[in-house]
Amino acid sequence: MEFTVRACSGHGRVGSLRLASGLEFETPSLLMITRRGLPVVIPPEMLMDLHPDSRACQFTPMHFLEDPLAAVVAKAGGVHKLASLTGFAMVAVARDSLGNEIAGEEASNLGASFETSSGRRIVGLEKYMEVVNACKPDLWVSLPDEVPHWVPEKRNRESVDHTSQWLDHCLSLQHAEHGNRCLGVVVGAGSLEERARSAEQAATRNVAGFSLAGFGLGEDVAQRGFHLEVAIAKLPNDKLRHVCGLGSPEEVLQAVGAGIDLLDSTYPYMLTKECLAMTFPLKMEVPLRNADRDMQPTPDHGVASGFSLAKVNLRSATYGIDETPLVTGCKCYTCKRHTKVYINQLLNSNETLAQTLLEIHNTYHYLEFFKAIRESIKADKFHEFRTWFTSQRVFGMTYDVSESFVA
Amino acid sequence: MNWPRALLTDSGGFQMVSLLHLADITEEGVTFQSPVDGKPMLLTPEDSIQIQNKIGADIIMALDDVVKTTTTGPRVEEAMYRTLRWIDRCIAAHSRPHEQNLFGIVQGGLDPQLRDICLEGLVARNLPGYAIGGLAGGEGKDAFWRVVAQCTAGLPEDKPRYVMGIGFPLDIVVCTALGADMYDCVYPTRTARFGSALVSEGVLRLTHAAMATDYRPLDSSCTCMVCKRYTRAYLHTLVTKEAMGSQLVSYHNISHMMQLSRNLHSSILEGRFPE
Repeated sequence: MEFTVRACSGHGRVGSLRLASGLEFETPSLLMITRRGLPVVIPPEMLMDLHPDSRACQFTPMHFLEDPLAAVVAKAGGVHKLASLTGFAMVAVARDSLGNEIAGEEASNLGASFETSSGRRIVGLEKYMEVVNACKPDLWVSLPDEVPHWVPEKRNRESVDHTSQWLDHCLSLQHAEHGNRCLGVVVGAGSLEERARSAEQAATRNVAGFSLAGFGLGEDVAQRGFHLEVAIAKLPNDKLRHVCGLGSPEEVLQAVGAGIDLLDSTYPYMLTKECLAMTFPLKMEVPLRNADRDMQPTPDHGVASGFSLAKVNLRSATYGIDETPLVTGCKCYTCKRHTKVYINQLLNSNETLAQTLLEIHNTYHYLEFFKAIRESIKADKFHEFRTWFTSQRVFGMTYDVSESFVA
Repeated sequence: MNWPRALLTDSGGFQMVSLLHLADITEEGVTFQSPVDGKPMLLTPEDSIQIQNKIGADIIMALDDVVKTTTTGPRVEEAMYRTLRWIDRCIAAHSRPHEQNLFGIVQGGLDPQLRDICLEGLVARNLPGYAIGGLAGGEGKDAFWRVVAQCTAGLPEDKPRYVMGIGFPLDIVVCTALGADMYDCVYPTRTARFGSALVSEGVLRLTHAAMATDYRPLDSSCTCMVCKRYTRAYLHTLVTKEAMGSQLVSYHNISHMMQLSRNLHSSILEGRFPE
């Protein structure tokens, strides 16, 4: 595996990641969400062509802990073969981003508490590495003792110690022939000192990169920024950095701005579940709206009925006659073929096809967002891009369409 | 829909009987509870055809008076005669006869005499195609096949015969042997959602514990995407837990039915259908 930093803009950087399988892609990169190895609603045979960058997925080993799936993945020869996703990057992230709470519960020296298909249980090191080795991921995160920022100091310190010990233990159990694919976890949630200590310890280990944990748990945004900065300052520049638990556009921008290279995000799926289509503009040349003027739709920048720059609620009656695609000019499968009125109809008839079409678009749009981020870094304009994006988002959120209409 | 292939719409008749508790059928039409807001709604033959004209499908169905095959007594006869009166109203209301083919539906329950009267009446209207309706509702198989055979014998040879609501592979093969051409059913996808796959040997219940260690594809003779990529064991772990499980088994089941149709078609053309 090779990771090379190609361009920088502030602390943000574009890198090229080349995996042992030969697959190569640019970072910062979005890892698409899977469950038991497969996308949640996107047909697997459509994943390859969904978008030029739709090659990297996240999965959680916690889904593969028990039989029969544990035996099935081992027999298949890994998660790529199991899910027929050879040619994709499969990254094992212990935290299940689809909503399982990190409660900071008691962890023993032997393992931490996770939600599995048979309920919450302590997952030990041997078991974790058994599953990781059976899955044969391209990259995997070491077993974390991840705690939220509000735990007592003592528990936080313990989580740093555990995480460090478990990193060593995981490394000792990794399969030699898979090479160095470990992302060492960095915790320290409530304390900048502990965060620095955790990062320092991980930095000395022989790992492919790092996974920053303990975020997306209700922490203050500014605090999060400090934690990211403090941790990354201790990490070598030439190794990969992943963060789990962060996924919204603002969180992505904050993380990338601090120097993160990989994020798994449920944001597209969260919108899909709420029947929302992602519509925020991706180009800085889009003029900002003047709040005093009437809203007029500007089709070439993909704004639907002119009310929300961020997302459109497809259930709203206003789309019952709107024959434009979700985003005009979008080249995704859904926008090339279908209109808002069709998706509105599907939603009102409770057809699951609506979720599939929405998820395809939302994933595509988010991959385009990541691409726009990379372009801005290459042009050394990341800061401008981030400022522009966050300012037009604050503006757009005032006009969420779902509040304007009664269906 | 952006669907460039053939499309058929139903009249709403079956849904009235199967999906709604309170359906009041009069000569005017069917009054039922709107599924959207619970208010009473009237669907007349004219309404049904008008809506189908707007949707624009290639084949549209007449609104018929459907009764369950388990119904006995004068209601069956009433429904059959009303179906004949309604076909005339459907024909009159059809505003796109050169673009959309209106099929009549043969009713009459399990009574051969009633079926005969209906057949004569519909054939006399010289429609582009005919459906055999009112079956697939709990009647015994012997009764079912007899009615299908009677209808196919009484319908013109050179027009399509569509047996409505049939989807079990065996039923399709038998009806094809009896001279039918078209079928529709929710069975392949519904059974997929409950974890059952349609395979050459019959029905495979993926939820069964034995599937957990079965590393073969669903059907060794199937060439669909699912059978090329996934094992029974993996699908077993998905079916009751992930939407993707239902999606993949549905995909295979539909593929299976398409292959069945192709096999029926080519075996007839090649003169080896009986085998």
